[in-house]
Amino acid sequence: MKENEIKQELYALLQQIAPETEPSALAPDENIKESLDIDSFDTLRFIVSVNEKFEIEIPEEDYGKITTIGLLTNYIQKKM
Amino acid sequence: MDSIKKKAGFNLEDYNREVKTFSWEKLKDELQPVFDFKGYNIGFIAVDRQAEGELKYKTALRFIGKDKSKEDITYAELKKLTSKFANVLEYLGLEKGESVFSFAPRIPELYITALGTLKFLGVFCPLFSVFGPEPVFQRLSRGNAKVLLTTSSLYEKKIKQLEKRLPDLEYILLADAKEDISEKALSFSRLLENASEEFDIPATEPEDPALLHFTSGTTGMPKGALHVHKAVLTHYITGKFVLDFKPGDTFWCTADPGWVTGTSYGIISPLVNGVTNVVDTEEFEAMRWYGILEEQNINIWYTAPTAIRRLMRLDIKPKDAYNIENLRAILSVGEPLHAEAVLWGKENFDLPILDSWWQTETGGIMISNYPSMEIKPGSMGKPLPGVEAKIAEIINGKIKILGSGVQGQLVLKKGWPSMFRAYLHDETRYSKCFIDDWYITGDLAKKDEDGYFWFIGRADDIIKTSGHMVGPFEVESCLMKHPAVAEAAVIGKPEPSIGELVKAFIVLSKGKEASEKLKLEIIGFARKEMGPAVAPKEIEFVNSVPKTRSGKILRRLLKARELGLPEGDISTLEKN
Repeated sequence: MKENEIKQELYALLQQIAPETEPSALAPDENIKESLDIDSFDTLRFIVSVNEKFEIEIPEEDYGKITTIGLLTNYIQKKM
Repeated sequence: MDSIKKKAGFNLEDYNREVKTFSWEKLKDELQPVFDFKGYNIGFIAVDRQAEGELKYKTALRFIGKDKSKEDITYAELKKLTSKFANVLEYLGLEKGESVFSFAPRIPELYITALGTLKFLGVFCPLFSVFGPEPVFQRLSRGNAKVLLTTSSLYEKKIKQLEKRLPDLEYILLADAKEDISEKALSFSRLLENASEEFDIPATEPEDPALLHFTSGTTGMPKGALHVHKAVLTHYITGKFVLDFKPGDTFWCTADPGWVTGTSYGIISPLVNGVTNVVDTEEFEAMRWYGILEEQNINIWYTAPTAIRRLMRLDIKPKDAYNIENLRAILSVGEPLHAEAVLWGKENFDLPILDSWWQTETGGIMISNYPSMEIKPGSMGKPLPGVEAKIAEIINGKIKILGSGVQGQLVLKKGWPSMFRAYLHDETRYSKCFIDDWYITGDLAKKDEDGYFWFIGRADDIIKTSGHMVGPFEVESCLMKHPAVAEAAVIGKPEPSIGELVKAFIVLSKGKEASEKLKLEIIGFARKEMGPAVAPKEIEFVNSVPKTRSGKILRRLLKARELGLPEGDISTLEKN
C-alpha cells in the first residue's frame, strides 16, 4: 500500500473517533492525540481499528513510537 | 491472604494498635507547634514551613518534560514563587474566600497558583484540561470564579467563547503569554515578575475554605464540594500511614490535579510530608512510565487501575527490565483494583499493588490497604485509623448499621478533618448526604469478618469512567442541545479497560432519520461541547427511553437491558 493510501485510511479511522475534526489537516509531525483531543481510551480504539484495517498487531510497547501521522504511516509500511 | 515484602520499617507498623490509640485530637496536639505560626494554612504547612527549615534546598517539585528533561523547584524557590502569586492576587483585588480556578495541563504555573492561592486564603479549584467549554462554563459559573489560570491555546479554543457568559470572571492569567493580550487576559509571568517575594500569610482558621472540587451528581449539574484548611490533617496522616512517606523519598502521583487525587496527593500531601513530588507533564505511555520509575528513582507510586491494566498488557517484567529497586510501595485509586492486578504487581514488581478508596467529598484516603498490613487481593482494605466506616441499610430515611458479610451502603461517621463542608450554593443536596451522624457515600460495599471492606458498585446512576465520575444528567442536558435530539438517556456501560464507558440512548426529533452519519455528527457535537472525558463514546438510537410515571428516566432499566440482566422492579415504569 502506498504512503498516501495509508494516510487516507488513517484519516477515515480518526474521523470515526473524533468526527468533529479534520484529520487530513494534521501535519505529518503533529501529535495526533493532542491535536484531535483524543483521550487514552479513544487512542486504544483507534489503534485497534488500525490493527484491523491493516491486519497488523501493534504491541502496547510501541504506542509511544506512533504519535504522529508520519511516524504511524512509516510504522505501518514496515509492518505490512 | 498475601503479605507484602517488608523492605523497611513502616510508619504504620501495627494497624490494630494504631486504630485503638489514634485520635484526630492527639494528632492536632502533636502538630500544634506547626499551627502556632499561621494556623492551619495548607500553603504554609506544605511550602513555607519546609522552606524555613532543613528542607530549604530540597527539591519540592520535579517536572518531567515531553523530552524527559527535568525542571526542579526547591522548597525555598517554591516559597518565593507562591508568595509572589499570593501578592499578584492581592494586586488584582481578590478577597479572602474568593475563588481562583485553574484550567491547564500539569505545568509549574498550575502548582504555583494552587499553593499561592492557599497562602492568600483564596479558594483553589482545579479543572481538568480535557473538559470541553460546556463543563468548564458550568463549573466556573457555579464556583463564582474570579481568577482563572489557563494557557493561550486553551484560552483561544475553549475560554474566549465563554467570557461574555461569565461576568464575574475578572481576570484570566495566561501561563505562557509574554504580554497581556487584553485588560482581562493577562500574562502570568509578567505579573509574577513584578510581584514581591515576601508575603505575610494571614492567620488561618481550621474552618477557612481552601479547596473546591466539582463532582458529578445523578440528577443535577455538577456539585462543588468545598474543603477547609483543616483537611491538612488528613493530607498529612494519610501520607504518613498509607503512602508511607519517609524523609528523602521521591513520590509520583500520576493523577491530574483536575481530579481530587491530583490535588490532595499530587500537590498537598507529599509537600506537607516534605518529600520530592514528581510530576509528569505528559499523558500515559507505558514505556515512558517505566522509564520514569527507573530514572527518577521513585520510592512511592500512586496510580490508577486504568493505567495498571494497560501495563499488564505488556510483555515486560518491570523488575527484570528496569532498575526499580528503590520502589517501596505501589498504590492505586479511582476504581476497584481487581485481585489479578494486585497479584500481577507482586509478580512483576515484588510488590502487591495496594488499593485505596475515597471520594471527592472525603478529601483524602478513607479506606486502604497499608504497606504493613496483610492484603486480601481485591479488597478495598480497612478504614484509616481515626475513620469509622460501616455498612448500613437505609430505609425511609432511617439508617441501620449492618454486620459483616452483608451488602449495603458504605457510610462514614462524620467528623474527619477533610470531610467536605458544603456543596456550594446547594444546602439541600448537602444535607441529603447525611443521616444522623453518618455520611452516606453512595457506594455499595460489604465488610468481611476480618474487617476488610469489599466494593460492590454505585448505589446511584453516576458513571465511573477511567476513574472519573460523570453525571448522566450533565451529558443528557448537553446532548439535548443538538437539534436532532428529542430525548437522551445516558448510562455507564461496563468496559474492561476503563471500567465504564459513557453510552447515550437517543430519541430523534420528528423528521430526523437515524443514520451512521447522524450518529457521528452527534458524537462530534458532544466532543466539541463537553470534551472527550465526558462526551459519549457510544450512541444508540431508540424509539423511546423508559421513564417513571413522574417522568424520571429509568437509567437502571436501560443498563439492565444493555447487559441482558433482569429488569427488576418496573412497577413505576410509565406505559407508553
